[in-house]
Formats: sequence, C-alpha cells, structure tokens
Amino acid sequence: MSETDERADVTVDAVGSSCPGPLMDLIGKMKSVESGTVVELLSSNEGTEKDLTEWTEQSGHELVDIVDHGDHQSYYVRKR
Amino acid sequence: MTERIVIVGAGTGGIVLANNLAEELATEIDAGDIEVQLVNDGEDHVYKPTWLYVPFGEKTLADATRPLVDLVDDRIDLTIDRVDGVDTDDKTVSLAGAGVDESYDHLVLAMGAQVTPEETPGLAEGGHHFYGPEGAAALRDELAEFTEGHLVVSVVGVPHMCPVAPLEFALMADAWFRDRGLREDVDITYTYPIGRAHGIESVAEWAGPLMDDRDVEVETFFNAERVDPDTKTIHTVEGRELDYDLLVAIPPHDGSDLVREAGLGDDGWVDVDPNTLEARGADDVYALGDVADLPTSKAGSAAHYAAGALADRLASIARGERPTAEYDGKTVCFIESGTDEATYIAFDYEESPTPKPPSKLIHWSKLGYNRSYWLTARGVL
Repeated sequence: MSETDERADVTVDAVGSSCPGPLMDLIGKMKSVESGTVVELLSSNEGTEKDLTEWTEQSGHELVDIVDHGDHQSYYVRKR
Repeated sequence: MTERIVIVGAGTGGIVLANNLAEELATEIDAGDIEVQLVNDGEDHVYKPTWLYVPFGEKTLADATRPLVDLVDDRIDLTIDRVDGVDTDDKTVSLAGAGVDESYDHLVLAMGAQVTPEETPGLAEGGHHFYGPEGAAALRDELAEFTEGHLVVSVVGVPHMCPVAPLEFALMADAWFRDRGLREDVDITYTYPIGRAHGIESVAEWAGPLMDDRDVEVETFFNAERVDPDTKTIHTVEGRELDYDLLVAIPPHDGSDLVREAGLGDDGWVDVDPNTLEARGADDVYALGDVADLPTSKAGSAAHYAAGALADRLASIARGERPTAEYDGKTVCFIESGTDEATYIAFDYEESPTPKPPSKLIHWSKLGYNRSYWLTARGVL
C-alpha cells in the first residue's frame, strides 16, 4: 500500500461502480463543497485514472495524489 | 399457507413481471396458494419513451398512457396506493392511502427513477426537459415558438433514464429545424459530463462524427453547477459559461427515499446482485428496472428483459424449486438519428454495443414498436 500525507475533507466511495460512475460521483460532490476542499474518491474502475486526469486538466481542479490499495484506489482532488 | 409476492411500481419492469407471474403461476394463483399484488401510486401505466416525440408534435401525452386495469392480468391484485415505507425485518410494506401494512413473502421494488431539476440551482426556472409529461408539453409549446437562436441540449445528470435520449433529441431537433427551413437560424450545442459524447464508448464514437456532420456543436467535460435564468447562462463545475436561448436539460435523477430509509441503498438505488436481482441489504427483496443499481442502462428495455428473468426465478422460488434463470444485462435500444431514420444498439453485461448504420427501416421499426409496446406491457412480447 502506498502512503500519502494528503488528508481528505470528504470521501466519496464509488468502489464497484462502472465507468463513468466514479467520475460522476466525484463531480456531484465537487458541486457542493467549498473551494480548497480535498475530496477523496475511492474507485476500483480501471478507467477512472484516465477520466479523472483529463477532467482535472480541463477543469483546473487539482489531482493531488493517487494511493493504490490493491483492490481499489484513492484519488485526492482539491477544488480550485 | 398462501405465499405473497408484492411488487411496488407498475412501470415497465413491474407490469411485465406481474403479467409474466400471472401466466407462469396461473395454476397456483387460481388454487389460492400464491397471491401476486401489484401496487402503483396512479391508475395509469406510462410508456415514457413517448415523451421524446411530444416536443416535436409527433405524439401526444395521451399516447403515453393506458389504464392499468386494461393491461394487468385479472389474476393480479392491482392496488392503487402509495407505498411509503418498507420494513424488511417484519416483511411488510405500508400503504399510505389505506393506512395499513401489507405483509410479503417476496418483495420486488420497481419504482423507477425520479427527476430532480431542483437539485441544480436555476435549472427548473431556466431550463426545459422532456423527462415528464408537463415538461414535454411545455417544451412542445416553447419549440413551436422558437425560430432562431441557440438551442443547448445539456446532460446535467448521469445516470439518467434512457441514456441515448439526449443524443436523439439533439439529432431530431437538427432534422426538425431543417424540415421547417429554420436550421440556418438555429445553433445547436450538445453537452455531456465526461470527455466524450456518450457514456458508452462505441456510441460516443458513432455519435461524434454524426454530430459534426449535422453541425451540432459538442461540448464535453461539461457539468452544470448552476443556471442563471435571467442572463440565460449555464455555469459549470469546470469554470466555463455557456449562453443559451433555449435550454433542454436532462435533469439529475434520484432513486427513492424509500430505498434509503429501508437500508437497501444509501444513494436511493437498490444495491442488488446484477444477475439474480436480489437486494444485498435484506432477504427476499428484489429490485427491478431503474431503481436497481445495475451496471446497465436505466431503460425500459433493460427492465423488460430483467423482469422476464426475475419472473422465472420468483416462480421457481414460489414453487419451492431452485431458481436457475439469471439476468445477463440484455438491453436493446433504438436510437432516432433524425425525423425519418434511426439505428439501434443491443448489448449485455459482457458484450459492448455497436450501432448499425441509421436507416428509414429501423426508424419505422421503432415507430411500430412504440405501437406494439402495449403488448410488452401485457407480457405478450
């Protein structure tokens, strides 16, 4: 397991969801949190990293860390 | 002792299940060994895909409904009432109107999905939709007056009912304005939340060039955060703004508070085994159609095929046999790609769809199916 210093303010659990469910769950949460909030997305979908990387590049929100838990990943995104 | 199967919701999933059970368990029902109760909060069955055609004046709201009593087998106990609670420990559902609790041995939740435009600030005031009868009628009136400007078709919520309908609406609008000689005065933009025109990759690959060919602008990674009805502007989570003259939005959808309160799914969709449709949060509870959290489309077609498999399973279980039928995710969706041509996709949990070249024949097949849908509801097709 990787280690991270990042601490999430909110966690969205989308483990088991198929594409694009995890990204949509994250975006839904991002609508309701304040600027600067770090949201942790839990996903086991292999397409999430690519989708999320593209989305954060386009949106300006920051993908600050990815932690591999083996059967799923944590993606930490800070709202700009 | 009589075995009771209670089905909540008489949309496509609920009604096909009830009628299939009536046929498969006719002997047992007639003997009084099994009862099947279908509870719905209104007297009509609604074929929601009809609403897509209402804004273009091709169908009426009346075309979308039939009285349930005309569609449901006489062996089914049809109850018009609203279920406002489920107790999976006592195995009862509470009927709001009658004020009574009904017991069940097997419970099937098939209440569908609800649209919640109010979840996005300004959307209800600033946008239209065709995901309900009032919305479709209001949009019909608005479109009839719309002769120039910027039409934006924006997918605000995913997942939503009938995943191809937004693409269909954009392509039908393009053809409809061309037919009326207005297309040069109308700009059309289609927006989608992720980085392509549709959630299913093969559908996105098919739709992208087609939208380009039809001069429909496609904006991806576009997630409406709020709508300003005064300035007619959509503001997105990505920090973008888009002005519109007429906004047709696919609103966010929600499952059911009933599901949340019963502990069957935190987000309102019932957490189920995708093959057996059994709820993971309680024994003898199943979910069918849009309210089930399945890795397939929220579409009547999926509900139809799932209902067939669940009818086989429940009939086996009610007879004390081991159930073997499973739902494999089968879904078949027509896709209108204009006012006189269409394509279709067929897929399941394992097989990805491949859209066929659009044709008039498939379009007319779709219109024919719309007419014969009532045989599906009766459990014939």
